[in-house]
Amino acid sequence: MLDDFFVRALIAGIGVAVTTGPLGCFVVWRRMAYFGDTMAHSALLGAALSLLFSLNLMVSVFGVAVVVSLILLVLQRRQALSADALLGILSHSTLAIGLVLVAFMSWVRIDLMAFLFGDILAVTRQDIALIWGGGLVVLAAVVWLWRPLVASTISEDVAEAEGLKPERARLLFMLMMALVIAIAMKIVGILLITSLLIIPAATARRFSASPERMAVFASMIGALAVAGGLFGSLNYDTPSGPSIVVAALLLFIVSLLPFGRAGADATTGGIGP
Amino acid sequence: MLMQNKSGSQGRNQLVDLQKAGIQRNGRWLVRGVDLSINRGEILTLIGPNGAGKSTTAKLVTGVLRPSEGTVARAGDLRIGYVPQKLSIDWTMPLSVRRLMRLTNSLTDADLLAALSATGISHLINAEVRHLSGGEFQRALLARAIARKPDLLVLDEPVQGVDFAGETALYDLIRQIRDTTGCGILLISHDLHMVMAATDTVICLNGHVCCRGTPDSVSRSEDYQRLFAANARGLALYSHQHDHTHLPDGRVLHGDGSITDNCHPEDGYHHHHDHDGHDRHGHGHHGHGTRDGEATRHA
Repeated sequence: MLDDFFVRALIAGIGVAVTTGPLGCFVVWRRMAYFGDTMAHSALLGAALSLLFSLNLMVSVFGVAVVVSLILLVLQRRQALSADALLGILSHSTLAIGLVLVAFMSWVRIDLMAFLFGDILAVTRQDIALIWGGGLVVLAAVVWLWRPLVASTISEDVAEAEGLKPERARLLFMLMMALVIAIAMKIVGILLITSLLIIPAATARRFSASPERMAVFASMIGALAVAGGLFGSLNYDTPSGPSIVVAALLLFIVSLLPFGRAGADATTGGIGP
Repeated sequence: MLMQNKSGSQGRNQLVDLQKAGIQRNGRWLVRGVDLSINRGEILTLIGPNGAGKSTTAKLVTGVLRPSEGTVARAGDLRIGYVPQKLSIDWTMPLSVRRLMRLTNSLTDADLLAALSATGISHLINAEVRHLSGGEFQRALLARAIARKPDLLVLDEPVQGVDFAGETALYDLIRQIRDTTGCGILLISHDLHMVMAATDTVICLNGHVCCRGTPDSVSRSEDYQRLFAANARGLALYSHQHDHTHLPDGRVLHGDGSITDNCHPEDGYHHHHDHDGHDRHGHGHHGHGTRDGEATRHA
């Protein structure tokens, strides 16, 4: 049952989930879900450019995501439109440009579905190396920046006044997001990356008494969702990315059930019954 | 020349020094022409109406905002403890009081407990921050700031939501911290009665420095009399000395109808005590102009 490609997918998927867990917590805490979506959607443009100029896929996806987030920063400073509207414009226009570019390139046959929803069959040994290598870089950076990131999530002003350089932390956080999107694309696909950031983190909230534990639990829950989703995908011949997201959703729903410590903490969480 | 005098006479004791500092946003001056310095062991209190630039000035002092004009000089390696006016914690972030105390720096358990005991909430050490009441939350924020053992404490309305008895206790604590640690304190408050005893210098802001001085010298001044007489009547606290209006474009409409780029004293338009002259021309501080009649009578 454990064919070689499946083991590769499992290792790669767990590598992605472990990385997205802590980052996803910040996405939830900072209410950046739409921002994550926008960066993820720009990945298709990155993929199209990589085909057009024969660049490495991950490198060009990373590059485009970084450029998009910088454009967003600049546009936000000018305050012509709300952040919400700007995100909407960037999110869908980068996705559309990517799709149009792909359609123009009649000389390459690409599996659009694989880009949009992920494809376990496509995971190579090199991908595993990139996913775990990139993931470890991101995790190391999160550990290094943990205090400034948490502090500036609670108050940018306090972090700045007390010398934690929140602006630097925010910039590096964006680079980390871009890197995670580049490495997660093959597993869950462009359209579903954000869910792998948000759902495990939201699930972990119920069981966590501190930000640190929530980050670790989010990684574990994400890994569980990847494993469950991939097994389901294999058994029922469903696409890998959506299967992982469905598994994550099931875990989230389970976390809402009023079991275990039904005491004060669970019921005051705001989403409990 | 002025700078040299200051640094010469006060030397290492000076923690922060603002010279003609101002900050402009979208063509509007939030605050302008602020000169202030805070020394070790000194408590400086900022008072003023809403939108007067108190919090903005605090952010200039802490370095959160950079001045558009003028200078802000901080002592090297200045360690700041900051209690901001507003702080909201998303419920999705699990955060106990214990964890909040270690927000920006690590801390020994002994120091952590001592700070919580000082602000009277050591029993809440394991409580979730979002379950705290407003007063408890302010005490936790104050405890966090003092546990850092800062050189400079910046407290932006630190007792909001605290009951009256607690207020007195916290102001006593703030003075005590200054006395025992020798740190400098920038305090923002609109309750002048409470802070007066501990304060070395009071600065009244209204987009610029309206008046300043030690409590002793200020208390003999006419401005101070008005402040306190007005304070007793509630909202009329800031009806004094508004002889000009800040226009949306940042210029200043003076009581006599003239318009200038700013309200610096050297404009020659900024006279604090000539209300009776200017009021007849209908000066335009709509937000807090209800007591103009009173001010005129006083003057």
